Amino acid sequence: MAHDNVVTLDDIWVQNNGVPILKGITMAIEQNDFLGIIGPNGGGKTTLLKVILGLIKPSRGKVRVLGVSPERSRNKIGYVPQHNLFDREFPINVWDVVLMGRYGRTGLLKRYSGEDREKARSALETVGMLDHKERQIGKLSGGEQQRAFIARALVAEPEILLLDEPTASVDTAMQTEFYEILDSLKQRMAIVLVSHDISAVSVHVDKIACLNQELFHHGSGEIESEILEATYKCPIQMITHGDIPHRVLKEH
Amino acid sequence: MWDALQYDFMQNAVLAGLLASVACGIIGVYVVVNRIVFISGGISHTAFGGIGLGYYAGIDPIMGALCFTIAAALGIGFLAKNSRLAEDTVIGIVWAMGMALGILFIGLTPGYTPDLMSYLFGSILTVSDSDLVLMLILDVVILTVVAALYKEFLARSFDEEFGTVVGVPVQALYYMLLIMIALTVVLLIQVVGVILVIALLTIPAAMARQFTFSLKKMMILAILFGAVITFVGLWLSYEFDVASGATIILFGGGLLFCILGISKLKEKMREFKVMGSQE
Repeated sequence: MAHDNVVTLDDIWVQNNGVPILKGITMAIEQNDFLGIIGPNGGGKTTLLKVILGLIKPSRGKVRVLGVSPERSRNKIGYVPQHNLFDREFPINVWDVVLMGRYGRTGLLKRYSGEDREKARSALETVGMLDHKERQIGKLSGGEQQRAFIARALVAEPEILLLDEPTASVDTAMQTEFYEILDSLKQRMAIVLVSHDISAVSVHVDKIACLNQELFHHGSGEIESEILEATYKCPIQMITHGDIPHRVLKEH
Repeated sequence: MWDALQYDFMQNAVLAGLLASVACGIIGVYVVVNRIVFISGGISHTAFGGIGLGYYAGIDPIMGALCFTIAAALGIGFLAKNSRLAEDTVIGIVWAMGMALGILFIGLTPGYTPDLMSYLFGSILTVSDSDLVLMLILDVVILTVVAALYKEFLARSFDEEFGTVVGVPVQALYYMLLIMIALTVVLLIQVVGVILVIALLTIPAAMARQFTFSLKKMMILAILFGAVITFVGLWLSYEFDVASGATIILFGGGLLFCILGISKLKEKMREFKVMGSQE
């Protein structure tokens, strides 16, 4: 059973200058999970991803990724950061951005090989961006940039894919296309995506976790409205899964 | 100008301009795309402290400058990451402290300090053969490092966090880049002086950015622009008998604003045409 867990978090606490960000998070992510972590802004979602990546050291608790420490398993994690954080003027094209994802496989001082190029080509094909490979990344639309960054994460053939607010600057039509890409990937890797947009996430993912410093719910199926209220500290839309996804707006 | 080229000092000046262009083209591109112009300004001004120490201790002021700029590069890099102060605060403080040390040392040096102005504002016409050799060595070091670590520097510059995740040694590269800026500053002091170095680090790279969004092409173009600026600036200063460093900077800055103006104008013309065709 334990070896099916790609990520295990055991009583994780993170503080920033004495202010708690994560309080006693215990959870496991399994090999075939397609998990959506939802919660309000400032609820610690990005921090949780960074703990899994080993970019933030928890002040207490144990992190295991693929059975080892996060630093040692990094080259098996694909990471798609919040994409509004990069410099749009930076002189770089899509192709060079994607190749960057192969760095962990290539290493210091070596040039990217023919195999690296082949993987970059197929990753761009997967996300439908091969035609745009020569374009400057900052000049692409939000959705195209997002797909390029997914290709950069996929190119190292990860076992876990972490996405931080992937749909934040993608319009609704593009969102459907985006979730189709993730659907095609979920057989190959565990996918964890973080979002404050409950409605979009809940219809597409298989499991949901609600996070606001503490973990309020983790599992599949329906989320009780009480849990959402506890997470967001306010009345909120209720979400259910069914044959036809539907949302019930709770009175408030 | 052409008959002036038969003089040794003029040949050395042209060669110094070319050698400086290589360093400021490559490192200037990193300075501009990483948006660390202010750090570079801080590093270059602390060179004045080293020059003062050189006078006081009776060693070559350029060697003093080399020690000070490298120390400043490492100091700013370390304090910016590890102290409670904001990065620009650290830079401002180190910048002024470096210059203050220079003033103290020069005050303590007995007698007259010759050539002080030439370190502040450049003296491309007095570059010696041994200066040229030093510049060549620094160029070779910079070229070797950047050629070997091109993909690492690209990854770090574009996305430091993702670089960390895929295993790029981002911290070490950051310090290396700062040290290379320090080396470039020392190399450029001969050409335009401590005060004006920052312009040669930024102008050629900013020009190159107008023509390409490939980092490699930007470097090549910046080297070419640097060579043109230093050569034409030198020629103008010779013809009109004015300060060479200042002429190089003013010509370069003027050319940059012309290029920006022309590309803005072209953009407007294109918009105008599109609007016309829609009517």
